[in-house]
Amino acid sequence: MVEKRIPQLLVEDNKFCPGCGHGNINRVVAEVLEEMGLADTTVGSLAVGCACLMMDTFGVDWIQAPHGRAAAVGVGVKRVRPECCVFTYQGDGDSLAIGLSETLYAAIRNENITAIIVNNGIFGMTGGQMAPTTLSGQRTTTSPKGRDVSITGQPLNIVNQCRQLPIGYLARGSVASAKDINKLKKYIRAAFETQMSGGGYSLVEVLSPCPTNWKMSLEKSLEHIENDVKPIYPLGEFIKKGEKTDA
Amino acid sequence: MPLQLMKGNHALSEAAVRAGCRFFGGYPITPQSEIPEYLSARLPQSGGIFLQAESELAGINMVYGAAAAGFRAMTSSSGPGFSLLQEGISYIASAELPAVIVDVQRYGSGLGDISQAQSDYFQATKGGGHGDYKCIVFAPASVQESADLVVEAFDKAEEYRNPCIILSDASIAQMVEPVLLPEERGIDPDKAWAVRGKHGGEFKRVTSTMYYIEDFDAYIKNKYDTMAHNEQRWESVHTEDADVVLVAYGISSRICKEAVSEARAQGIRLGLIRPITLWPFPVNAFSGLEHVKAFMTVELSALPRLDEDVKLACEMRVPVRHFLGGVSIPDSSVITEAAIAILKEQR
Amino acid sequence: MLSITCAGFGGQGVLTAGLILAHISMIEGKRITWVPSYGSEMRGGTASCRLRIGDSEILNPFFTTMGALVAMNHDAVTRFEHSVVKNGLVISNSTMVKDHAFRGDIRVVEVPATDIAASLKNPRGANITMLGATIAATRLFPVETFADGIDAYFAKKGRNNPLNRECFLRGAAAVAEV
Repeated sequence: MVEKRIPQLLVEDNKFCPGCGHGNINRVVAEVLEEMGLADTTVGSLAVGCACLMMDTFGVDWIQAPHGRAAAVGVGVKRVRPECCVFTYQGDGDSLAIGLSETLYAAIRNENITAIIVNNGIFGMTGGQMAPTTLSGQRTTTSPKGRDVSITGQPLNIVNQCRQLPIGYLARGSVASAKDINKLKKYIRAAFETQMSGGGYSLVEVLSPCPTNWKMSLEKSLEHIENDVKPIYPLGEFIKKGEKTDA
Repeated sequence: MPLQLMKGNHALSEAAVRAGCRFFGGYPITPQSEIPEYLSARLPQSGGIFLQAESELAGINMVYGAAAAGFRAMTSSSGPGFSLLQEGISYIASAELPAVIVDVQRYGSGLGDISQAQSDYFQATKGGGHGDYKCIVFAPASVQESADLVVEAFDKAEEYRNPCIILSDASIAQMVEPVLLPEERGIDPDKAWAVRGKHGGEFKRVTSTMYYIEDFDAYIKNKYDTMAHNEQRWESVHTEDADVVLVAYGISSRICKEAVSEARAQGIRLGLIRPITLWPFPVNAFSGLEHVKAFMTVELSALPRLDEDVKLACEMRVPVRHFLGGVSIPDSSVITEAAIAILKEQR
Repeated sequence: MLSITCAGFGGQGVLTAGLILAHISMIEGKRITWVPSYGSEMRGGTASCRLRIGDSEILNPFFTTMGALVAMNHDAVTRFEHSVVKNGLVISNSTMVKDHAFRGDIRVVEVPATDIAASLKNPRGANITMLGATIAATRLFPVETFADGIDAYFAKKGRNNPLNRECFLRGAAAVAEV
């Protein structure tokens, strides 16, 4: 097997923790942008969380938004520069807790941008607190006895929220295995293709390990995704070219 | 271009487009709603974008994005909505981007009421959001100034790469007067700092500039000191021989100007300083006024705000009194009487 | 400087009447301010606007006493009559304001504006009829000059209607008859 070349967009080694899924997701996004010839015309919108660490290592134009507001900032860019490829890259706390309104309204208006949402089930940067996506019963630093859904409500499934909306593309992938990563790359490519063909809003949610805050080895983390996370957040493409799939 | 009869909010909106504004993201709230209403029709005619945002939070962040992309961008709000804009204003200032934010002040804290007021003075001038930043704050006192100052605000925002605020009020916004509109300008979005893809160059990072500037404390202090030094605007009326000088901006200043001429007709030496910029506060207007026996601020608010800046500007050497009008707009004769009472007190 | 309040039911066109007066005054070289009734002033279904027309800079657009009141309905009279200055003017729409004992120290011009507009088959022109009476009674401008201004105002809006001029002239003529 030939070692694939590292995308030129990854201008420095990433700064994520060992075993963090962001590194793989960064690489997949970088490969897709380069392969599609978008490296020079892309503007990314980050907000607050571990995702922001890519601002110095991933070589596209960036804007850092206030916590949760990446979608609104991305919309501002895309509306005045429709020729640019505009994407948001956010964690689940950022995009689905404080930023749910901005995330959903970008989808509701079918804004022609691409949203990448990394679901690791916790707030990573701040030390592993409960996120909207935290599983029922999952222990976090703010749900030390496990998430009690009678108090917190059920985990938020953004794919289900967006499925009824008239958007261009919707998928959920994972970086839990090489096979998953290959599929994820197809999803991310389809998402950017949707945008660049004027097909409307595209969103890819990515299940990703956080060994540091999960307090698990990488191996255990990947098993956790396989056994516990995927049954709650199933993978697949849910909307393609504006049409709902059977997934 | 002949005089036109326009509402303050409409004149401001039209002038913004003529100044090259090509993006507006905002949310309805009285008494500023004529601004998004007007721009929803007008911006598309000039190739611009109007977007009704889902909230003020989204609106100011859309402005952040459009401004980062190099376009002249604006939002507007009032009281409760202006509070929601503060986070975004702090980010835009921190990223050193130009943008124009309009606050058409209304009365009260909380929900308050839609009547005219001048209660957002501190929020606009003292940094309503977190951290070390300032915005140039322009206070129009007429429909004409609503148009002129929005053009100035866009130019200054770009010159300093810093957000500028237009602090209007319900009276100036809703009233109709003749206005001479500014000439239409071209746009220039492809600035070196604008994000639009790196196009073979270095990639750009729009975030707090403190991450990339050495000795940031000195740098940012110098930036705001320069603005404070260079950008003070005011109008002085009969201050040269005044015993009592009124200090008022916006709608209050017009009533005060009337009071000055009424008082002068009675032989009472009243004067007026009308700040046109509220930040930087026109401290220079207070130099050479050693003959003044007292200052009196006139504000449409329940609590005094402006008087703190006047006390600082005259370095507490002279008594500073305040006259407050809340929901109702005072008659100029009442202001004159209050000034006479202060004068008697000083004798 | 003349301070004028126009008041009436919402839908009677009092704000428009004020704006037309403001517009033509501007064209004729006057300084003007116009403010609509607003906020708590709007309660009760009566709309009003305040104009000041003069030859030098108009500072305060607000006023508590007025030189002229253009009252389209009874509520407008009860609300604002006491604020008219001594020897001031009230133009009263006598179709709507009946059996009212006006103050003795003001000049009252009663014009059946709603009836006149209806008889001219221009029922929405009652406000223009009132303007005719206002111009004739205040002598702010020559009646013909203002009538031309009304034509120009509506032509610019793409709503040319010769009946508006007729309403205006009938309103002006009603003053002469009084």
